[in-house]
Amino acid sequence: MSDTAASDDGETAVDAEEVRHVADLARVRLADDEVDEFAAQFGDILEYFAALDEVPETEREEELVNVMRPDEVEEGLSQEEALANAEETEDGFFVGPKVS
Amino acid sequence: MAADINAFVTEERIEGDADAEGPLADATVAVKDNISTAGIRTTCGSEMLADYVPPYSATVVDRLTEAGATVVGKTNMDEFGMGTTTETSAFGPTRNPVDTDRVPGGSSGGSAAAVAAGEADVALGSDTGGSVRCPAAFCGVVGIKPTYGLVSRYGFIAYANSLEQIGPIAGTVEDAAAVLDVIAGDDPNDGTTRDLAEVEGADPDASYAAAADGDVDGLTVGVPTELFEGADERVVETVEAALDDLEAQGAETTEISLPSVEHAVQAYYVIAMAEASSNLARFDGVRYGNRAESDGNWNESFAETREEGFGAEVKRRILLGTYALSAGYHDKYYEKAQDARAWVRQDFEEAFADVDVIASPTMPVLPFELGESLDDPLRMYLADANTTPVNLANLPAISVPAGEADGLPVGLQLVGPKFGEETIVRAASAVEER
Repeated sequence: MSDTAASDDGETAVDAEEVRHVADLARVRLADDEVDEFAAQFGDILEYFAALDEVPETEREEELVNVMRPDEVEEGLSQEEALANAEETEDGFFVGPKVS
Repeated sequence: MAADINAFVTEERIEGDADAEGPLADATVAVKDNISTAGIRTTCGSEMLADYVPPYSATVVDRLTEAGATVVGKTNMDEFGMGTTTETSAFGPTRNPVDTDRVPGGSSGGSAAAVAAGEADVALGSDTGGSVRCPAAFCGVVGIKPTYGLVSRYGFIAYANSLEQIGPIAGTVEDAAAVLDVIAGDDPNDGTTRDLAEVEGADPDASYAAAADGDVDGLTVGVPTELFEGADERVVETVEAALDDLEAQGAETTEISLPSVEHAVQAYYVIAMAEASSNLARFDGVRYGNRAESDGNWNESFAETREEGFGAEVKRRILLGTYALSAGYHDKYYEKAQDARAWVRQDFEEAFADVDVIASPTMPVLPFELGESLDDPLRMYLADANTTPVNLANLPAISVPAGEADGLPVGLQLVGPKFGEETIVRAASAVEER
């Protein structure tokens, strides 16, 4: 990304090109007016998020434990149920858009 | 209710077990539309899932119907739970039954409005950053956000997994607690649920409804100055009056400080958006959900499907989440947000060494007028200042009506230590009884 996102004075500006780049990464197509609107809003929001810079580095005491269970075969969805919400199917498979 | 408040996206029933006994036998329940119901479409308030019919029900839905409750419909919500007003729904805004020119709060606005309007006895919402407590406060009803891991999320359509819990909404503290009694408990289909028998200090035989006994004699209530500063004066006065009443009933209030919460909204939104950008990648129009007519390749079709299927707020959060996780920005936003989350958790832990519950306004503002905040996302995010710290710290909290200001409901939030649901229910029942 360009260096306009976080300039030295702490101002966070986002231009249309950056919004398009992120939208491309996220696989979301945007209309031109959405790009302009988002660029303006993202500047304000990211400037607000930048205050996280004041947060001290904090010890993260994770209380997490692994949850294990025996791997046993259970009844799941039938193939028909699993396909029921798909836009397009063929011979019991999902049909996606062409790959290239 | 004469005016249509648009509380439901879909009104279809799942009958409860007619032979069941207990507090929920014959009760009607409204279920937020991001909780799966077998055979009944589950839209998440999104065009993307407008025709999606789940092949199975969420664990919480099965538990409710087994306890005798009848599902009467799926309630409206901010799209995928992303909002504080229930205005970002693809199915139009829900109106607040108390004042139909105002929002019901969000994102579980349909659930709170259905209960407040008498269209269901109780309801289920989900709370990622306040989405049960906010609409409960705005509609003048009770909402509980359980401790992370108390209630199964199996069949719940995730937006930010590490933050969210399903929680009850009801007209009284006891009714909300009775719903929690039914839906709480570990679930082999959700590895993040906890078996209370294995949790230190937790009571596996807890009855939350029985805890609604109004006995606050000797209870210590911490009052954090940070969660009152900046709140609307009318809200502060109403909440302080409710706290005075708790003192009159034998509780002791003491001022405390939670310096980390100044960063809670920032940390919450960075983490929630980052998780959303990953979670919502599943909506590609192939296995489920609407697919755009496209001649393009996989990536183009995917991008067009998501352009059509998602509303503005969902796109905003996916993009900002992608940005916060992208190379060069990950450390600046996501890492710092995780530090802030750990700091918030520590702050609450230290506070609970001295107090039993922590009280504040649920929302720092009175219910917005419809349309008031839609064009200003940051303003909407800032309204979550008092609710988001609770999700970051994985704690339980309840919103209970504290009174009214200018004829509008004001909610009091009570936060408890981890798995301290009985304590917050007890304290809230005393607020209600005054």
